[in-house]
Amino acid sequence: MSMNPNMSQDTILKVEGLKTYFPTRTGIFKAVDGVSFELKRGKTLCVVGESGSGKSVTARSILQIVDKPGRIEGGSVLLTRADGSVTDLAKLDPRGKDIRSVRGKEIAMIFQEPMSSLSPVHRIGTQIGEALRIHFGTPKKEQRERVLELLRQVEIPRPETAIDRYTFEFSGGMRQRVMIAMALACNPQVLIADEPTTALDVTTQAEILDLIKKLQQSHGMAVLFITHDMGVVAEIADEVLVMYRGKVMERGPVEQIFHAPEDDYTRRLIGSVVKLEKKAEVRLTRAAIPAEAAPLLDVKNLSLTFPSGLKAVDDVSLTVRSGETLGIVGESGSGKTTMGRCLLRIYDPQSGAIAYRRPDGSTIDLRTADRASLKDVRREVRMIFQDPVGSLSPRKNVGQIIAEPLKLAGMRGKDVEDRVAELMRQVGLDPGWRERYPHAFSGGQRQRIGIARAIAVKPRLIIADEATSALDVSLRSQMLDLMMSLQDQLGLSYVFISHDMSVIRYMCDRVAVMYRGRIVETGDTDQVVNHPQHDYTRALLSAIPHPDPRDRRIHKRFRYDPTVKPTGIVSANG
Amino acid sequence: MLRFILKRIVFAIPTLFAVSIIAFIIIQLPPGDYLTTLMADWASQGGAVEAGTVAAMRERYGLDQPIYFQYYKWIWGILTAGDFGISFELGKPVTELIWNRLGFSLLLSLLTLCFVWAIAIPIGILSAVRQYSISDYMATFLAFFFLAVPDFLMALSAMYVMSAWFGQSVGGLFSPEYVDAGWSFGKLVDFAEHVWLPVVVIGLGSLAALVRIMRANLLDELSKPYVTTARAKGMSELELLIRYPVRLALNPLISTLGWILPAVISGEIIVSVVMSLPTTGPLLLRALLAQDMYLAGSLILLISVLTIIGTLISDILLALTDPRIRFQ
Amino acid sequence: MTDITNLPPEGGPSLDLTGKDIAVAGQWRLFWLKFKKHKVALVSLVVILFMYLVAALADFIAPFDPNATNARFTYAPPQSLSLFHDGSFQPNVKQLKMTLNTQSMRREFVPDPTKPVSVGFFVKAPQPYYLLGLIPMQTKLFGITNPQVGDSLYIFGADRLGRDIFSRVVHGAKISLSIGLVGVFMSLILGVTIGGISGFFGGWADLAIQRFIELLRSIPTIPLWMGLAAAIPVGWPPLRTYFVITLIVSLIGWTSLAREVRGKFLSLRSEDFVIAARLDGMSEIGIIFSHLVPSFMSHIIATLTLAIPSMILAETALSFLGIGLQPPIISWGVLLQEAQNIRAVAQAPWLLFTPAAAIVISVLSLNFLGDGLRDAADPYESVS
Repeated sequence: MSMNPNMSQDTILKVEGLKTYFPTRTGIFKAVDGVSFELKRGKTLCVVGESGSGKSVTARSILQIVDKPGRIEGGSVLLTRADGSVTDLAKLDPRGKDIRSVRGKEIAMIFQEPMSSLSPVHRIGTQIGEALRIHFGTPKKEQRERVLELLRQVEIPRPETAIDRYTFEFSGGMRQRVMIAMALACNPQVLIADEPTTALDVTTQAEILDLIKKLQQSHGMAVLFITHDMGVVAEIADEVLVMYRGKVMERGPVEQIFHAPEDDYTRRLIGSVVKLEKKAEVRLTRAAIPAEAAPLLDVKNLSLTFPSGLKAVDDVSLTVRSGETLGIVGESGSGKTTMGRCLLRIYDPQSGAIAYRRPDGSTIDLRTADRASLKDVRREVRMIFQDPVGSLSPRKNVGQIIAEPLKLAGMRGKDVEDRVAELMRQVGLDPGWRERYPHAFSGGQRQRIGIARAIAVKPRLIIADEATSALDVSLRSQMLDLMMSLQDQLGLSYVFISHDMSVIRYMCDRVAVMYRGRIVETGDTDQVVNHPQHDYTRALLSAIPHPDPRDRRIHKRFRYDPTVKPTGIVSANG
Repeated sequence: MLRFILKRIVFAIPTLFAVSIIAFIIIQLPPGDYLTTLMADWASQGGAVEAGTVAAMRERYGLDQPIYFQYYKWIWGILTAGDFGISFELGKPVTELIWNRLGFSLLLSLLTLCFVWAIAIPIGILSAVRQYSISDYMATFLAFFFLAVPDFLMALSAMYVMSAWFGQSVGGLFSPEYVDAGWSFGKLVDFAEHVWLPVVVIGLGSLAALVRIMRANLLDELSKPYVTTARAKGMSELELLIRYPVRLALNPLISTLGWILPAVISGEIIVSVVMSLPTTGPLLLRALLAQDMYLAGSLILLISVLTIIGTLISDILLALTDPRIRFQ
Repeated sequence: MTDITNLPPEGGPSLDLTGKDIAVAGQWRLFWLKFKKHKVALVSLVVILFMYLVAALADFIAPFDPNATNARFTYAPPQSLSLFHDGSFQPNVKQLKMTLNTQSMRREFVPDPTKPVSVGFFVKAPQPYYLLGLIPMQTKLFGITNPQVGDSLYIFGADRLGRDIFSRVVHGAKISLSIGLVGVFMSLILGVTIGGISGFFGGWADLAIQRFIELLRSIPTIPLWMGLAAAIPVGWPPLRTYFVITLIVSLIGWTSLAREVRGKFLSLRSEDFVIAARLDGMSEIGIIFSHLVPSFMSHIIATLTLAIPSMILAETALSFLGIGLQPPIISWGVLLQEAQNIRAVAQAPWLLFTPAAAIVISVLSLNFLGDGLRDAADPYESVS
């Protein structure tokens, strides 16, 4: 330990030239390759990057809790304590006493998956109180009191009973609060938050961001916030570190990163986010789809109750006009995916009607259709799946996957081959890759294969279920652009299901908002986004982080409480 | 919790019923009924059988009745009067013959279980924590080896080694002078001197299996995010290991009782035959070879019932240690 | 388009997916690539193939009739092979000279260095025989080149009746190893059918089958097998006994397979790529054979391999107890039955350790092989 007069008073943590490597069979993987930054008291530094950028490994390197076989190969992590003493954490033995006295006490950490990051067989009170026992040897009774106080701080309802519960008895947002309470137990100077809101819905995310902000102010902590979401960065960051493949691309105040980025990669990243903030250009110039007398798809009072008693789809009515894109937006558990699957009869809804207009002008009710006609309709109405890994059989090559619907439609021989090649070109894949298996492709490419399979039999309507949510933001708009260009070429209609308002706004003509199995609002996308009628829609929209640090909104958001019927409660904290 | 236990007990009833049917089928399998066999036996010894005796016995076992009625009579006798029938070969009621031996079987199985658990867990932990080390490879190889050696072979080899190398004859659970003596400290010591070898011989196979399972479970748990969370709290590596991953890895291990127990009981039977231990094994084999079916059927029934009860206990134990199961 | 760089998966054999060939490698090729990394399993595969080859060619490899007795050589010890005699290359064993140990009053055999018995390859068989029951042969792989009275060739020793243990173990392999295969085949049919029904139809059928499997598994196997095997009439012909024993042994084996199949069915049924195939208009039968079966084929092969040793062990145990296969059938269990008497074993340990080694080596190799196959069964784990 030494005194370091050169360091600024406010700097708590100074990371310099940090290198963390993973030895592999084929060489060394440089997960973190010379990263430097400073973390100041009471300030928030956001580390942002796409998957594989090394942001998470950077955070873990600070506490030396990198997973095996990763090792810190160089650089320093200087921690300045309140008494002015400085320790280089990177030099400490990762299993030793010195680093352990820092973990949880001076620097605490919260993680992405609150469910798997907490033990399922220990009561939450025990898990929160543990840090107190380890660092201060606090007796049981005092521990419990302190834990209750912490639970109150993180606003968990009824702390006296909650303290003796297990993690699986809480919702995702509550679990993350438990994690935060655990991190705060010893009043740390630094809080490292590793994608703490990625697994949460936007409204819950907004709550957690609020809470972190509030606690940061009351505790005077420095926060190192790891995220891939530029919107979140804009909402909470003081300073930003942009990472790509283990290296720092750019570092600076949030204002500069968003409004005067110097680095090309940062610019592209901001660009792809900002692009999704408004309607796609190809859609701005297109004439509005007229409301016809007979829509392509007319769903009336559709309901599905699962055997568990859950009303997944509750009296849903909607229409899809030919040539348009209807967005279905909702948070997890809203029933949007189930509803989409009902349209194709993957699930059998119990009541209602799904009137689909065939090319010859006749209509058929898909809910009651027999097998044979369902089989025909399923060539005209196709599906694109969310998971680019699970939706392609790993045991078939790309040629076979795309050819499958063609062969089942009766196409044979050379025709199939030609059509597969044509489809691959259409979605931007090299037809020479047809012999390759899905494992040889990246996520974006796999999703293109899925699209090729969907359009193979010249469909009229495609139901796309979260088609872009597994992709990094830079790939997202490319995929949406591809889908729109196919729409124009082939005269397709889409039902586009997503939890992400920005992709809905980017490509949908109209949107339906789902909440707990019901559709609470339908309308033109512009109308719904700019002038939401239903309180839930307002709450949802106002909870979405906005990628502009000059216009921070989520702390002033509108909250929806379904128990209070007519109007929500307007909150203005933060 | 109480509801969980009750539910489990109710679930066990059909299993018990099914097991009794299987035991009864085994009794019925040999061609002809036992009275025919018995009479042939008596006749060959020159004894004449009175027609009245035969009729009385036919009546007693309901041999002229349809098969389901015979089952009913048999199971009803067991449930209401503890009457398991008569061993024809030994000419005694089955109940007189089995309880003592069943007790030793149970004791031997329990001791084996304790031995298996006490050894398997530490080795499994060591093997997982030091994955790909020399000791891990050793443990892995030995585990595979012992899994490949059948119990009776192990028993024979152990007896050979003891007699050829140490000049000790092995067999039984007591020295001759203690066999019929009442329990005393001396007898207990003598028992301990005899019992360790069968326990080790029966246990090695299950031990090997458990080491593999514990290792795999723990390796699974060690890579879970909650381990990182605990580490980030500042917990020492040893405390962390025991408090979190080991604790969680033990849960699936408890559920293995459901099949370790049948395996141990199977092993106990066959090893007892080889080492001539006073347990159910030799009696069962003798009964089966002599087609003394009431004795054999009763033994199979009781052994299976004990196993089912053991499995039931393991289910309840698992629920006690794992809240996820309790709250289902 | 940027490729997502992921951290390499930890531990275990993983695949390097950078190579160009891997991009076009199908399921079985990936399976083989991953299996190949498991050296122990690879060696085990060779050992197992060798053992089954020996079993198939038992008549050719065993130098003597396994039931030929010779009272002169009761409990004769193994004779060691020397390659040279009188300084010239001539593979031979030494004739056994019998002496009487006056202290223990036992017969003892001492090799007589002056009387070599020359041993050669491809010697004339004592009697003509049919290889694999089809091909008439007059040659044995090895044997005594010019048999004289008093000559013997017991490379693994002799039993109480002076029968050659080596020949008996080789012939025993036929029965013991084939019981594993036949039993597994029966398990396969039972397991796949019942597990498939359970997983595919679900509901009540599934519940009933699952309860039944639980019941079967909760009964200790040995007493159950013993009860069933003891009911086989003594007078039955050997072939029928063999099949009934195999059936009894596979009575338990199918349950683990059925569970495996059911589990795979259930998890695959809701996979997106199966739903996609259904939406493409593929029939249920088509989905089963085009998507489901290829997906769990490798798992079934691994489970089956792991089931063989338990069947071998079961046969051995039953025969050992005297309620399985009976002499004159020769199986490893039957051979061990003769080693039950510990006094006999003390005098002639080869009675116990020769068949025991055969059992342990085959079971060990099958277990290692099965383990390797199971690890490789899902080559996509490390890919996605």
